[in-house]
Amino acid sequence: MKKKRKISTADILIAFLLIVCGLMCLIPILNTVAISFSDKTSAAMGRVGLWPINFNVAGYRAILEEKQFFHSFFVSVRRVAAGTALNMTLTILMAYPLSKEPGKFRAKKYYMWIVIFLMMFNGGIVPNFILVKNLNLMDTIWALILPGAVPVFNVILLMNFFKGIPDSLEEAAVIDGANPLQILIKVFLPMSKAALATITLFCIVNHWNAFFDGKIYINSLEKLPLQTYIQSLVVDLNPEQMASMTPEQMSEQMQLSSLTFNSAKVVVSMLPILLIYPFLQKYFVTGIVMGAVKE
Amino acid sequence: MGNKYKKRNVTERYYHLMLLPGMAFLFLFHIVPLGGVVIAFQNFKPVKGIFGSQFVGLDNFRRLFYLPDFWQILENTLLIAVGKIGMGMLMAVVFAVLLNECRSTVLKRLVQTSVYLPHFLSWVILAVMFSNLLSYGGVVNRFLGLFGMEPQMFLVSNKWFRSIAVLGDVWKEFGYNAVVYVAAMTSIDPGLYEAAKIDGANRWDRIWHITIPSILPTIILMMTLNMGQIMNAGFDEIFNLYSPLVYETGDIIDTYVYRVGLTNMQYSFGTAVGLFKSVISFILLAGSYKLADKFAGYRIF
Repeated sequence: MKKKRKISTADILIAFLLIVCGLMCLIPILNTVAISFSDKTSAAMGRVGLWPINFNVAGYRAILEEKQFFHSFFVSVRRVAAGTALNMTLTILMAYPLSKEPGKFRAKKYYMWIVIFLMMFNGGIVPNFILVKNLNLMDTIWALILPGAVPVFNVILLMNFFKGIPDSLEEAAVIDGANPLQILIKVFLPMSKAALATITLFCIVNHWNAFFDGKIYINSLEKLPLQTYIQSLVVDLNPEQMASMTPEQMSEQMQLSSLTFNSAKVVVSMLPILLIYPFLQKYFVTGIVMGAVKE
Repeated sequence: MGNKYKKRNVTERYYHLMLLPGMAFLFLFHIVPLGGVVIAFQNFKPVKGIFGSQFVGLDNFRRLFYLPDFWQILENTLLIAVGKIGMGMLMAVVFAVLLNECRSTVLKRLVQTSVYLPHFLSWVILAVMFSNLLSYGGVVNRFLGLFGMEPQMFLVSNKWFRSIAVLGDVWKEFGYNAVVYVAAMTSIDPGLYEAAKIDGANRWDRIWHITIPSILPTIILMMTLNMGQIMNAGFDEIFNLYSPLVYETGDIIDTYVYRVGLTNMQYSFGTAVGLFKSVISFILLAGSYKLADKFAGYRIF
């Protein structure tokens, strides 16, 4: 028999602290949404808190009239679709053989060493940049998709998940005459739905959020992915010019670049993430736990 | 017997074939650029190419170590990264404990939903939010004004920039980082808490003597793994928040490499700085994995 316990002061304090944590994470987001629906002047003067002042949708109307925003939005959508498809294909194909015992796959060790080494060491951005340039990928969407085609960390996550699938299932399929590719598709994949969902969502978020590759590899405006485009709006001040400004002037300059419009763009660019967030939340805990806490 | 070996060979051939496409991509985009680091030892000119450029030995590295800026940048990198690791872990553990102590499932669910969200937003977006909040007349300054504090130019002030960088990252990641601790707490035997209660332990005692010791292995493991990250101050965050006014305190190795290597097109020098970081990071990472394996039995594979 469980008795309902009294609510103590400690309980109230804990609940209060948790609510503070929760609000702390939401306030910047709510503030941005409020600014995006406020009028320009109130926003620039910093008067907007969590509720719009002089509610209007000018920021969103401006987006509708801006071709560049739509171009960039669809570049990002294309990039997410193609990038995630490639990521997942390669991740699945690599994770399966690597999940085998060394006794069943003698060369596994060598592949593992290469993968782990590459996870820990990289040549830095300059050689990567020169490579992409030499491959003539500059200013194409492939520059955003191909260099990160193999998400090594996800390969390891999925490999660890595959290891947990009982051998007996595989042996039964072997007796039925299935080859490894058939086993992977018909036995392993159906059993790994949660893991595959987690990794797919990670890939989607990564591609959607990436801005730096767009910045260094894409020159044409109409090919810029969304995050790079937004970044260019915010920090489109010439560094030399900025260095010569006083802090007051600079702060003013930053305010003038139309907070309302930029906030509206930020809100729209956040929508896809918010849409998949319920699924993310359902799966990612499994994802982290299977990756991080493992004996 | 012979048949069995033949079968194993066929199976292994499948395995090699499955790995082929991924390994081809890794080769082209990860291993080939490793060869490209030779330009760190050259005076690389794009027109002459890697094979035609002049070899200068360690000149680029010598130049790096004599650069007064370099030590400042290294200091910024280490301070910001250590701050993030330390405060980030502390906050994540405290939050996980609070969550574990909360008895209302509804409240738990609501709070978790909101604290995990920032992890999935990009620094481009968050930087816009931060500059709104932290601007001269922004919400943060108005709030601090209630306590009589003078308004601050947080993002363009060398006094504040590092703290903002650390707090910003802690804010973004503490919820997400708490997940491993929350997971570790679910495996604590509820009987322990019951027994402690019967023995008259109060809530604080229970946290201190049951919860914390139970998740200690996870804490140590995370601490060890984080050690490999002390050269990573977080490019995306700094790049989106900083400006020339705060180079003195906010410039980190990664942003410096980007500016000299790609913006100013000093390819060789940029590569040398990047290589310096990569090598140290590699040693730290390898060391931290080794330690994690030794003390916590943790293996990546």
